[in-house]
Amino acid sequence: MGGGTSSYREIEETDCILLWGSNARETHPIFFHHLLKGVKRGARLFAIDPRRTSSAQWADVWAGLDVGTDIALAHSMAREIIVSGLAHREFIAHATTGFDDYKASVLPWTLARGEVATGVPAGVIREMAQAFATAPRAMICWTLGITEHHNAVDNVLALINLALLCGHVGRWGSGINPLRGQNNVQGGGDMGALPDRLPGFQHVENDEVRATVERVWGVRVPPAKGLHLTGMFEAMEHGTLKALYVIGENPAQSEADQHRSVDLLRSLDLLVVQDVMHTATVDLADVALPAAAGAFESEGTFTSSERRVQRVRRAKAPPGECRDDLAIIFDMARHMGVAWGAPDAEQVWDELRAVSPVHAGMSYARLEAEGGLQWPCYDETHPGEAFLHGRLWERPVGGPRAPFSVVAHELPVEALDDEYPLRLTTGRRLAEYNTGVQTGGYASPVRRGETIDVSPEDAARLGLREGQAVRVRSRRGAVVAPVHIDHALRPGLTFMTLHFPDEVATNHLTIDAVDPKSGTAEFKAAAIRLEAVEG
Amino acid sequence: MDIHVVGPEATAEERHAVDRLLGPPDGGWDGGVRDALLDGRASRGGRPAAVAQRHLLLPAFHAVQDRIGWVSRGAMNYICLRLTVPPAEAWGVLTFYHLFATEPRARTVAHVCDDLACRARGGEALCRELEAVMGPAGDVSALVGAAWQRSPCLGQCERAPAVMVVAAGEPPVRTVVAPASQAAEIVAAMATPATRGLRESLAELRQSVPQAGDPGLKLLRRVGVVDPTSLEAYRASGGYHALTRALALGPAGIISEVTSATLLGRGGAAFPTGKKWAAVAAEPALPHYVVCNADESEPGTFKDRVLMTGDPFAIVEAMTICGIATRSEKGFLYVRGEYPDAEHRIADAVVQARAAGLLGVDVAGSGHRFDIEVRRGAGAYICGEETALFNSLEGKRGEPRSKPPFPSQVGVFGQPTIVNNVETLANVLDILMTGGAAWAQTGTRASTGTRLFCVSGHVTTPGLYELPFGRTLGELMTLAGGVTGGRSLQAILLGGAAGMFVGPESLDLKLTFEDARAASLTLGSGVVMAFDDTADLADLLGRIAEFFEDESCGQCVPCRVGTVRQRELLDQVRAAGGTMTPERLHLLSELGQAMRDASICGLGQTASSAIESAVQRLHVFRAERVS
Repeated sequence: MGGGTSSYREIEETDCILLWGSNARETHPIFFHHLLKGVKRGARLFAIDPRRTSSAQWADVWAGLDVGTDIALAHSMAREIIVSGLAHREFIAHATTGFDDYKASVLPWTLARGEVATGVPAGVIREMAQAFATAPRAMICWTLGITEHHNAVDNVLALINLALLCGHVGRWGSGINPLRGQNNVQGGGDMGALPDRLPGFQHVENDEVRATVERVWGVRVPPAKGLHLTGMFEAMEHGTLKALYVIGENPAQSEADQHRSVDLLRSLDLLVVQDVMHTATVDLADVALPAAAGAFESEGTFTSSERRVQRVRRAKAPPGECRDDLAIIFDMARHMGVAWGAPDAEQVWDELRAVSPVHAGMSYARLEAEGGLQWPCYDETHPGEAFLHGRLWERPVGGPRAPFSVVAHELPVEALDDEYPLRLTTGRRLAEYNTGVQTGGYASPVRRGETIDVSPEDAARLGLREGQAVRVRSRRGAVVAPVHIDHALRPGLTFMTLHFPDEVATNHLTIDAVDPKSGTAEFKAAAIRLEAVEG
Repeated sequence: MDIHVVGPEATAEERHAVDRLLGPPDGGWDGGVRDALLDGRASRGGRPAAVAQRHLLLPAFHAVQDRIGWVSRGAMNYICLRLTVPPAEAWGVLTFYHLFATEPRARTVAHVCDDLACRARGGEALCRELEAVMGPAGDVSALVGAAWQRSPCLGQCERAPAVMVVAAGEPPVRTVVAPASQAAEIVAAMATPATRGLRESLAELRQSVPQAGDPGLKLLRRVGVVDPTSLEAYRASGGYHALTRALALGPAGIISEVTSATLLGRGGAAFPTGKKWAAVAAEPALPHYVVCNADESEPGTFKDRVLMTGDPFAIVEAMTICGIATRSEKGFLYVRGEYPDAEHRIADAVVQARAAGLLGVDVAGSGHRFDIEVRRGAGAYICGEETALFNSLEGKRGEPRSKPPFPSQVGVFGQPTIVNNVETLANVLDILMTGGAAWAQTGTRASTGTRLFCVSGHVTTPGLYELPFGRTLGELMTLAGGVTGGRSLQAILLGGAAGMFVGPESLDLKLTFEDARAASLTLGSGVVMAFDDTADLADLLGRIAEFFEDESCGQCVPCRVGTVRQRELLDQVRAAGGTMTPERLHLLSELGQAMRDASICGLGQTASSAIESAVQRLHVFRAERVS
């Protein structure tokens, strides 16, 4: 199932946290409050991040690995755990498959090799490995530092391997948790807004599942998976995709290699954009459909990172011509000749419960009475589950065993060279969200605009002053941004956000090397150089 | 932790002062020189580092202040990096304590006491003289490149007026001039502070303890008689016999003796000591801590200073016994920053005791582990309140905590803690030597043993006196030679600024806890400050009101606002020629009631008691007739 395995409450009661590729202090501040409760209770916190972020400042130990060397680090930790006799042999034998192959794949990753590959001192790798393996309960949490790579899925699998190796999954306080970027990223996927999934995270290419859904819906469901976002852009490039209906996204600014994405959007026969804001993508649209805000102008549910489904209520009527998403879609269906009746959020939800077993027990009445429920929740008497994969500890194992995955360390697609000698990595800051669609309209006392953050050593070497404008150039484009000297960076590493695309279009620099398994682009690793700006 | 250090960096001298205390920094993230290869790859710190080091914040500030004379932003920033303390929090702590300066000032500063006892003996005249010679308070004088400033009570009341000269440098000098009869004497001390050396010779101690050598003395038996700098002399005079006895009795036996002695705490609250010890000993959570409260800041009180300077090994021995009885392995002695001589004597005694195996991993070969760390306060009356003292030890603002939980359960560093006043601990030695029941024969049934009284003000022979409980206030005054110059007695302040004024009619008051309580009075910390018929009581009340306004920690609204309103009210009354209207009288008592009812600690609860007692009992202000 695609979701964090644990409840927020569990991170407060765990003993060891690997915060991997996540600056949750700034990007998931509410979750970080829960995490800090755990730290104050005595949990050891390890921050694994190329930058010494504000999250890393709270960590017992910060490990500053090179961008894109997460698998090397995970393997090196795994080897240390295995050779120290700290692997959870009983759990491995009982609940997993593929350990021998996995073991063989990580055994070459000595601490020394790990240090050379990642830059993290061997002693630090050993300390993290031993702390994680010996903690009674331990969590791995990650965000885009793991997933915005050309080998995102392999990165995730490498972390899951570590959890399996130590039996840190399927128990209270032990788990593996991707932190979601928005309140309802989890819910969007759960509802089936993924190219290969039906509601309830059921695979579209499973005939049995499709048959159930077709029975309820009374229509045929296409048997093959669809395109993910990056695949759609490729299809536009090949001319096979000619019309696009965008709901609540801003691909004109959020995609890597922005020149290319805007050109492709322009080349479409039809672009329909449904949004609450007038985004840059709306500017390219043939038809713009003003939508009601999901948070307070419509009825429905959202699902948090801990798989908790909660009710959302309409607090005010949407302004002007804005309409509820459901109403727009129902109307569109009516124009296409299908009469779905009057839109009603609860009826839509009940239909979802009929096709998604994990949501079956979540009536609106229960969601309201119980303050939300965590899936899976199979029937009206099921309380929902705080953590996933408890079945792995059942005797015998409930369902299939969890597989170890053999994955290989691969460096970022774009290597550094004399022409582009600096690594650019990207991320977010506390006051901003992604391309600024939801945040740019609000004042913030901590907003400081876009900068190109460089280490003090690089600034000295290149003769750069704080605030001085420089041209940042990659193989794909160039932008001008003021310099910010940041001690959190080491020589060779630079950082920008994507928050101010109208002022500094960082995605003119990023590379659209994409993970074929997830469709995510490698926003975290581009090669750049800095050039003086004349005048 | 969010350590956003911005602004100036520390100078080499500031860094050196801090490193002397903490050792060299670990690397760039710890305030040291950044090594991009190492610091760019890993760092350690976070909450564990912050929790482990926060308690060093005050010692680090002292290190800088001692060396430079003030704590700059740069120095504070460096300390923040070294200790993983957010600068905003560090600033909150730094500015809480009077003795830390946050603006540049002269390296040498004279702190001139203008509090009650000094006021009665020429303190104000001294301030005027200093102003004439050196210029206004705070200004660097061209004369000696030094400055003078006013100070609350320095705890030298028996030899008032008193001045503490602090000269920053390497090494720093802190020296007390008392009595300081002339400005010239202070100027000379500031010009060559290093030549003055330590005070409290046997001869000086005998002046502070007029009864010195009297065979009837118990607590003061050795003061002014036995060399306080020599462990050998201490042992030769019966020292460490009590520890031997304690080790034979074992923890339960010790507590049983202290309990049967019905020893009551001498810090002011008069809580049964045996009960406290038993409570801490029984707490399952470990470690336990011993805290000796030597933050003697109640104006008019100097008994603990005399005990610490005159018989320091006794305090070390008593703390050791307390540690064994309460299953504690570590003791803190928190001495106020205005007591350089006491701090030095105690620290020296600890070093000697440790060297002799009387402290450390195996106390006197008994298998018990106990050691003592001396910590210096930084000028905050409120830190005498036990939970505020804990916060101060932990490197925080000295703000009292809500009780419960009580210190015996959750004390310093969140652990079960036994906290006792210096004088209370000193009694334990005699209790063990004579046996609790026999010891309790001295004094009255409810007030056992002897008591130290800090007699100051307009008396012929001010000093520290030891009397069995049950003697009268008049007897004590007679012992001190009566009112200076044979003048008539106007008032006595009992118990300090937090105590109450009484008139001559109270001279037959028996000095016991129960008699004081019956008369709605308190013995407090043993202050007996006499004022003759020339004293301006209204002026004294103004000073007391100012004192509480300055010393309120600001945490509880009733005290923070009430102490200001009280001082304003007294200003108004004095400006109106000392006329107390019924409205003002009503307001005064309402303020007092609000502070008593709603302040969480004793400061707010007693901030009005001396003033109200003077107004009600002594009719200091003329009541306005209602026409």
